[in-house]
Amino acid sequence: MLNNIYNIFFIPEIFLACSSFVCLLFGLFLKKNAFRQTSNLAVLVLLLTILLVYYDSESNFANYKSLFSHSSFINFFKILALLGSIASIIISKDYFLGIKLKNFEIPVLFLFSTLGMMLMIASNNLMSMYLAIELQSLSLYVAAAIKRDSISSAESGVKYFILGALSSGILLYGFSLIYGFTGSMNFDDISFYLSKYDNLNLGLIFGLVFVMVGLAFKVSAVPFHMWTPDVYEGAPNSITGFFAIVPKIAAVALIYRFCLVPFENFYLEWSQIILFLSIASMFLGAIAAIAQSNIKRLLAYSSIGHIGYILIALVAANDDGIKAASIYMFSYMIMNVAIFAILLSLKVKNEYLINISDLKGLSKSNPIVSLSISIIMLSMAGIPPFIGFFGKFYVFIAAIEQELYVLSVLGVLASVISAFYYLRIIKIMYFDESISEGIINFKISFQSKIILSLSLFLIICFIFYPSLLINISANLTI
Amino acid sequence: MIDWPLVSVIIFLPLIGALIILFIKEDELTSINIKWAALLTTLGTFILSLILWLQFDYSNPSYQYEEKFRWFDDFNFFYHVGVDGISLFMILLSTFLTPLCILASWNNIKKRVKEYMLSFLFLETVMIGMFASIDILLFYIFFEAVLIPMYLIIGIWGGNRRIYASFKFFLYTLLGSVLMLIAIIVMYRNTSSMSIEFLQGNYFTYNTQLFLWLAFFASFAVKIPMWPFHTWLPDAHVEAPTAGSVILAGVLLKMGGYGFIRFSLGMLPEATEFFIPLIMTLSIVAIVYTSLVALAQTDIKKLIAYSSIAHMGIVTIGIFLVNQQGLEGAMMQMISHGLVSAALFLCVGVIYDRMHTREIEFYGGLVQRMPLYATVFMIFMLGSVGLPGTSGFIGEFLVIVGAFKFSSYVVIGAAFGIILSAVYMLYLYKRIIFGTITNNKLADILDINTREKIILIPLAISVILLGIFPNLFLDPMRLSLELIITNYEIANAK
Repeated sequence: MLNNIYNIFFIPEIFLACSSFVCLLFGLFLKKNAFRQTSNLAVLVLLLTILLVYYDSESNFANYKSLFSHSSFINFFKILALLGSIASIIISKDYFLGIKLKNFEIPVLFLFSTLGMMLMIASNNLMSMYLAIELQSLSLYVAAAIKRDSISSAESGVKYFILGALSSGILLYGFSLIYGFTGSMNFDDISFYLSKYDNLNLGLIFGLVFVMVGLAFKVSAVPFHMWTPDVYEGAPNSITGFFAIVPKIAAVALIYRFCLVPFENFYLEWSQIILFLSIASMFLGAIAAIAQSNIKRLLAYSSIGHIGYILIALVAANDDGIKAASIYMFSYMIMNVAIFAILLSLKVKNEYLINISDLKGLSKSNPIVSLSISIIMLSMAGIPPFIGFFGKFYVFIAAIEQELYVLSVLGVLASVISAFYYLRIIKIMYFDESISEGIINFKISFQSKIILSLSLFLIICFIFYPSLLINISANLTI
Repeated sequence: MIDWPLVSVIIFLPLIGALIILFIKEDELTSINIKWAALLTTLGTFILSLILWLQFDYSNPSYQYEEKFRWFDDFNFFYHVGVDGISLFMILLSTFLTPLCILASWNNIKKRVKEYMLSFLFLETVMIGMFASIDILLFYIFFEAVLIPMYLIIGIWGGNRRIYASFKFFLYTLLGSVLMLIAIIVMYRNTSSMSIEFLQGNYFTYNTQLFLWLAFFASFAVKIPMWPFHTWLPDAHVEAPTAGSVILAGVLLKMGGYGFIRFSLGMLPEATEFFIPLIMTLSIVAIVYTSLVALAQTDIKKLIAYSSIAHMGIVTIGIFLVNQQGLEGAMMQMISHGLVSAALFLCVGVIYDRMHTREIEFYGGLVQRMPLYATVFMIFMLGSVGLPGTSGFIGEFLVIVGAFKFSSYVVIGAAFGIILSAVYMLYLYKRIIFGTITNNKLADILDINTREKIILIPLAISVILLGIFPNLFLDPMRLSLELIITNYEIANAK
């Protein structure tokens, strides 16, 4: 018995929950350098959690079977989310110190939000799914508004909160309909119940649509994307980095699991919704980004576009689709880590970079940085030989396997449109003559430098040894 | 035979040179080192590619020097390169022109020498890699990667409207090639193979072929370029720096023709048969229309750019005749155009470096001051017109001979285009070179210097060599082309 009680602490989620509280207390009692030390501790905690997830065996989780599930797909996305939070905590540390925002709560908020995401990814029950979503969202609402004396930050927090609460309400309403019509909250039970029927009744269709709306809000798919650019713009840059990198991973995993586990047999019903979300996201992401002058808004639209491609793989709904989603999500994560690692270290006239046009002349003053940005941009545009191309490639393989020819053609057309604004950034850095030199400062801490080099290395060198990632993602089961 | 991976070495040698250059710190004194490093690398690549030619087995129609490694575990994608009669000369053309480009930019590229050389070396790697790929996805990766250095070359070192031109070039060609990606995946799904060699066997149903053909057409027609998809070309040519135009005209346009031979003819024979009338119509319109447009140009570079479109029209006619003369003629025309148009752009570069204008009006009577220049220019001008004894003649002659078997209307169209090409080229030559010097600024213009001689004379020699000994080039490619024609006829005889 005693043995079992200690074992509980080795369940990654429980370990992370307990350690987050420890971090909170640790930060509270530290007099000096509370923020820095708490961040370091948070990174350590997350690293240990990764190890636990990696060596986690199913037996540990058996007691929670009805609430949470366990599969290679879940573990992959959990590790991805953890890696994303580690990276974003490390790259944002100097930024927070730079803008004198030293609340030690920030890393703790990140930890709680990551905990929520891990639970979200693993949830196998409508109730646990809702609670997990709320846990991560609440932490993120606070994080968006963390810079209390800044109007834009507070505004973005409130905006995010109101729209998030609305979407949660819709989501919950959908859950209640599904529960009412199937009599169960457990994914497996719902699936079992539904397997007896050939088509969904009206109530269940409504429930499904409401849930889809809520989930689309979380992944910021068009037309439920409105909050993304505003929140990205208003929040402090490093919080934006976290928003761009981590919550998307969890939300994508969740929408995949929700569609493919309980509603597996009703492909036709949900795939129409996802199909529309996918096409709309790709095109709106590509077209709306063209007119942006703020780099954060541009990246917001770019992430909306990327979500469109990931949803193509969901429409495909086959093993290749799951593989494509994991590869795409991995490439999305490292590209965003890399670009934010740079953005959080670039200062123009002692202000952190906001306007794209301020990148002018960067190729003269900082050739290596501008080369890195160019590589990331080309990779995001899906130009070979960088990793972004392979993400898209696998998505289209999955789509064509399912004979979704029109969707694939629309996908590549959107990618051409989106190439325009990625190229524009390269154009500003390389083609435009700079008026004055030396106003751009690039100062990066050693740790962020390691993160940046590692992600750039992965972006460039994926092509030389793709098997590592591909073999992992080929064996994922949902 | 050679037992070391010659093709891979040729592909990646420029990239190694680029890595070395990356670590040379650039300032006033060291930029000359960067130039030398780039020149030596590209010369080395050229010499290695000559070995490729010398050791080439003429009696073997399929790929030689093959190298094959498994790359992706989950599907049949290999690093698979090799050379056959068709790709051999495309590779030679790339390796021959790149050192000349580096030499041509020796003095007139003053800013960002390092980035410039890096772009060119990267460009050379992807060009050679593309022609040497035997795996379609590998081909596609190289095909798209070409856009990156070319975009930078036009955008950074180009003329006044360089930004517009570079975006147009990139997005236009990207739009064409992404559709090819879909086609490649569809092909893979139907056959579980990505080998170009394997897919040359008519595996697709008629309807699938039609769609695949259109997807490939979208990318190659933009690349070659065919009317009405040609509008990116004059902009890109005019705004690019001299060496950029040389590579663009010399090699990048050939990617389209190469793709038509390999993919459309080789893999989709039945669809090709269906679409031949379309191609012929577009080609003849291209030849006549762009020749007339060329006649009206006031910018020398733009004139040559439009003449390129007309010449590539001859190439597409030759390819889609699908007979021995037509294909050989198309290949010869591609090689010849690669040399001649590259040389013409270099010639324009010579006077542009001196006077910084490309307006035809500005010049006149250059023969008074630059006799040597006038001679060299004349060789290339006649090569472009297709005078017997120059390379241009062989290609056009073979295509027209082949076209007689197909339709006399095509012959009339093509011949009309050739006459028009004589008109606009001779008219250009007359206006620039002959007459007396009317513009005072030209009074002190200097004749070509040693560096420019080193660039232009090898080109002039090869243009004449190609015209006098065409079999030197036709023999290696003959069997490979025959193989494609045989496959094509078997497929369509069914």
